Amino acid sequence: MDIDQIIDGVARRNNRAIAKGISLVENGDERTDRLLTSLDQSLIDEAVVLGITGPPGAGKSTLTDKLVKTSRKLEKRIGVVAIDPSSPLTGGAIHGDRIRMMQHALDTDVVVRSMATRGRLGGLCASAGASVRIMAAGGCNPIIIETVGVGQSEMDIISLADVTALVSAPGLGDDIQALKAGLLEVADIMVVNKADKPGAEMLAMELSEVAREKGREVVKTVASEGTGVEELLQTMLSIFEQQKASGESRRRRREAREREVVDWALEMLRPVLRERGAEDGGEYSGDPRVRAKAIVEGILGDGESVNQ
Amino acid sequence: MADKKYRVLIAKPGLDGHDRGAKCIARALRDAGFEVVYTGIRRSPEEIAVAAVQEDVDAVGLSSLSGAHLQLFPKVLESLKKHDAADIPVIGGGIVPDEDIAILKEQGIQAVFTPGTSLADIITTFQSVCHK
Repeated sequence: MDIDQIIDGVARRNNRAIAKGISLVENGDERTDRLLTSLDQSLIDEAVVLGITGPPGAGKSTLTDKLVKTSRKLEKRIGVVAIDPSSPLTGGAIHGDRIRMMQHALDTDVVVRSMATRGRLGGLCASAGASVRIMAAGGCNPIIIETVGVGQSEMDIISLADVTALVSAPGLGDDIQALKAGLLEVADIMVVNKADKPGAEMLAMELSEVAREKGREVVKTVASEGTGVEELLQTMLSIFEQQKASGESRRRRREAREREVVDWALEMLRPVLRERGAEDGGEYSGDPRVRAKAIVEGILGDGESVNQ
Repeated sequence: MADKKYRVLIAKPGLDGHDRGAKCIARALRDAGFEVVYTGIRRSPEEIAVAAVQEDVDAVGLSSLSGAHLQLFPKVLESLKKHDAADIPVIGGGIVPDEDIAILKEQGIQAVFTPGTSLADIITTFQSVCHK
């Protein structure tokens, strides 16, 4: 497929074109910008982006699968970006999310893309935002982003998604305590999955306390059976409607865009920085912070200095 | 930033539920730096083709231990063709008799691995079909 076919295909909701388009971004292809500037902005503005995050084993994939099923009942064309970690050693990755989503495999209105973090921390990959926009321009609404299994600080999803659900489950023990300090504070909705298991009630009560302070809801689900999933989807969508009405959604999206600009700029600078940082051939040459400042000032040029 | 990573789909078509081999290959490919999408067991050729298209993979690896490879592997090729994705190379593996290997290759399967094939050979073959 050449770039014109991809651009045309995305606009015509062709799933292969969407997939090819996402690959362009992922691989840093030089034609990426042409595709991204061609996307229908009104569709991107309209599409609601739902984030599903939580520790490994909480049931994110199963819940995502059931959210897809529920969305399909409402005849929505839906996109899923499922993110898995890349190996820090080899760069390889295993994507298993499709195992749980194969029931939708023949449905052309369910667009699923597995993506690896490729060295990025924070629970997403660098191309996640662009992938979401390509899916939106390809007619998907809503779009679900399922993060890698997270710990405390993988909060990129909060910025990218309009509404983020933090999924937890009983029996994960101290994970929950750990989560309290970070993600719990910023998630829009808390999900107690595996709510039929011992300890679920206790967990729901603990979470309710935090939720009440922040004016947020706790939803109980048994994703494997689909219990509570419809309520979860409705709650997420109504939170988005409220955000739209209050102007919160505009503010969030503007912030997310600004953050993504900085992220991409850093991503593009990384190879340059690496090259300049290695100029001394690995010999010791003073303090790293001092050297970093010199490199950055060198890039800025014209005597501009770093203010720190 | 132009760092192209190879993406492959490992799939088990048909009714056989033995996926130790497929998982072993998936892990070996991961360790060789591939991004591997695994579909799980008991997938139809059509499901596999659609997944390959949506994931925009560079190659598809099929595993079959049940003896149905002569029916299932070419069906995956057919489905890919139907979705304008005949350019995605397909590799097969499993319990496949020598005489069947020739038939499968004639039909368009790029390579066929049997229990004797080394992981190194398998990785090299995936690398070369992905590179094309």
